[in-house]
Amino acid sequence: MTVSGNIQGGALKITLCGELDECSSSSARQVSDRLIENSPQVSKVVFNLAGVKFMDSTGIGFLIGRYKKASRMGIPVFIENPDFAADKILNLSGIYSLIPKA
Amino acid sequence: MGTNMANNYLKLQFLSLPENQAFARDAVAAFCLPLNPTLSQLSDVKTAVSEAVTNCTVHAYRGGRGMVTVECSVNGDMLHITVSDNGVGIADVEKAVQPFFTTLPSDERSGMGFTIMQTFMDEFSVSSNQGEGTRVDMTKRFLSEVENA
Repeated sequence: MTVSGNIQGGALKITLCGELDECSSSSARQVSDRLIENSPQVSKVVFNLAGVKFMDSTGIGFLIGRYKKASRMGIPVFIENPDFAADKILNLSGIYSLIPKA
Repeated sequence: MGTNMANNYLKLQFLSLPENQAFARDAVAAFCLPLNPTLSQLSDVKTAVSEAVTNCTVHAYRGGRGMVTVECSVNGDMLHITVSDNGVGIADVEKAVQPFFTTLPSDERSGMGFTIMQTFMDEFSVSSNQGEGTRVDMTKRFLSEVENA
């Protein structure tokens, strides 16, 4: 899994590519946290999931963890472009009530 | 399991390392291709297997090393999957299968693993003995297309 970040129009966009599971989550967590910590001035954080080809419940834990971190900094978090399979899990978990779709 | 009755059968055994999880779910997905699954069904199976195997790594063996066994059999349009381990077992299965229940909240665990298996598969059951291990049984039915009305 690769994680990259860029700032667009005052928002931090974090783009995830690959498979988000138990194996990849800890490095994805570290990189994402660094990106969020280094961007305290942004208006929002958007996780772009278009490149996520597989995700299980580890991904839910990952997203909630980053949501908690950004919330402590007063920054709202959004999810963008999940594929149908990621969307099914995200819906089931009810996560969209915390992290809405952008 | 009556493997003699099955149309096809697969048994995988591997160490409970996180890097084996993708291999396990992809192998099961490849095994069920002859059942002509839709992309959505295939994704359901992969996700359910990933959840079960992740539980072995994270919970059964608590990050240590142990063997995980995944068995699949096809009977007609049914795929039956068993994921078993010889780990610590589950103290309270009824509690463990509740949505959002997790024994590791500080570890960013969502507590959704069993709920996902239950939702994505047609049949699901879990049995466990503390100190002996856990066994998850799941079935997915791949309804064949009705050709004529």
